[in-house]
Amino acid sequence: MTAVTNDIARSYRRKKLRINLAGYAFLAPWLIGFIVFTSVPMFYSLYLAFTKYDSLGSPEWIGAANFVNMFQDGVFWKSVGITFKYVFILVPLRLAAALGVALILTTNHKGIGFYRTVYYIPSLLGGSVAIAIIWSRLWGSDGAVNGLISAVTGSVFSYSWIGNPGTALYSLILLGCWHFGSSMLIFVSGIKQIPASYYEAAVLDGAGAWQRFRYVTFPALTPVIFFNLVMGIINAFKAFSEALIITDGGPMDSTMLFALYIYKQGFTYFKMGYACALSWVLLIIIGTFSTFVFRSSNYWVYYEA
Amino acid sequence: MQYAGKYKTVKALGFHIPALLLSVIMIYPLVWMIASSLKPNEEVFTTVTSLIPSRVVWDNYVTGWQSTGRYTYATYFANSFRITLWCTLGGVASSSLVAYAFARIPFAGKKIWFAILMGTMLLPVQVLLIPQYIMFKTFGWINTYLPIIIPQFCGVPFFVFLNLQFMRGVPKELDEAAEMDGCGWLYKYLRIMVPLSVPSLITSGIFGFYWSWQEFLQPLIYISKPKLYPVSIALKMFSDPNTQTNWAGLFAMTTLSIIPVVVVFMVFQRYLVEGVATTGLKG
Repeated sequence: MTAVTNDIARSYRRKKLRINLAGYAFLAPWLIGFIVFTSVPMFYSLYLAFTKYDSLGSPEWIGAANFVNMFQDGVFWKSVGITFKYVFILVPLRLAAALGVALILTTNHKGIGFYRTVYYIPSLLGGSVAIAIIWSRLWGSDGAVNGLISAVTGSVFSYSWIGNPGTALYSLILLGCWHFGSSMLIFVSGIKQIPASYYEAAVLDGAGAWQRFRYVTFPALTPVIFFNLVMGIINAFKAFSEALIITDGGPMDSTMLFALYIYKQGFTYFKMGYACALSWVLLIIIGTFSTFVFRSSNYWVYYEA
Repeated sequence: MQYAGKYKTVKALGFHIPALLLSVIMIYPLVWMIASSLKPNEEVFTTVTSLIPSRVVWDNYVTGWQSTGRYTYATYFANSFRITLWCTLGGVASSSLVAYAFARIPFAGKKIWFAILMGTMLLPVQVLLIPQYIMFKTFGWINTYLPIIIPQFCGVPFFVFLNLQFMRGVPKELDEAAEMDGCGWLYKYLRIMVPLSVPSLITSGIFGFYWSWQEFLQPLIYISKPKLYPVSIALKMFSDPNTQTNWAGLFAMTTLSIIPVVVVFMVFQRYLVEGVATTGLKG
């Protein structure tokens, strides 16, 4: 009797072992990468954050000095402020544009497919250097935007949108908005999945267009909005190449987005310890906001039961 | 009846006029770039609003291609294609393997690893930038493509997620039939799952292509030899307003640099739209 149960237990354990071996074999590429290219660098970065390191020689332990110095670093504070401004103007604006256009593109008209493609193409080319170069020329003092303004007003207009601290950041925000297409696609397919019977019921109850949006479309889309909001915030905090190529953080640090500031400290001034400390601040900021959005989702995101 | 017809026309116009206007705004920067790439160089910023060149100068594509550096764009494009090919292959293949583990194999610790994998999607690259740079420097990988390519062979979280979502929809009956015949996991993966998950493999392949073709930050850090520049870095290096004079030529090259992206989009549009939709919805 015991021999039989032992046999069963052994064969069960053996099967379990085989499953685990297979699982970890398939998982191996990611697991190895996670350890070598993510975990180890993360711990190393945490250590470097407490050191002074110029990439030559060896890191020198200086305790919390990097974090203390941040408080006295004017550019750091400016950069944090600019990044918040960038994120909190760009993300809602782009989401609103995506949702608005998606609503229009789910109405019944000819040529919807054409418009969808045209609106999506900028998102494809979003992060490319080519677009950043074009953008910097469009919004320069001799750019096409000024050309159009001059043509309309009849007087020569040569204001440099990217060369003035007051408007440079907005030209980057506008570039971000230009990429509303991928969120738009997600909204379009979300809207299409809302059962028509919901709308029929709403119409029977005498709901107008706004009420149908407010009480049917919007609640049904909240999971999608939530996903786009989280990814939008994270990506906006990480925005880098546009600012580097178009304005290089200038004029007067007015577009020194935080990710760009980290890069400059690390690879232009070779203050690698300080750059690591900064990157942990970025991680904490992103973590805080993600947590906040996730927590808030209980109050406004509806999941179908 | 007549009234109804009129009403319909008004409604259609009310839709098409704003929609077309928005199309013009969305596409304008691209049209402007292409138009400028065909203008005589001295006209690029003097007739800045005109989208029709006074005469079409195809020669810009020749002078742009030759560029002012030691190497022509033939080198840069070849470099970009090499990086893109390996990154895409590595990312797609490894992510599919990893996705299979999560989709089908009930191994111990699966839930925790999956949470960690999704968590890494939220991790800003900036945190890893400097330690990775120091690490790859000690490996002797500076001025090689290895720091860009090798991490792709370790699975891309977004592709894992994309393939996983797809694999969950593949019926398990086929697996069970293969199990009866005594087939192992690898056989079930290669013979059953891979052929059935071709759509999600293509979708991740397209995204992989886009991302590695347009990748800027990694080559900026790791590649300093002009001979090894991918197109993105070459364009950036030649776009300095203080030194660049042949703007029409540069715009010719920016136009060429986006052609592969547009072509891939046109060919695989269906997969892309589906991919965007499924991952966005089930996230």
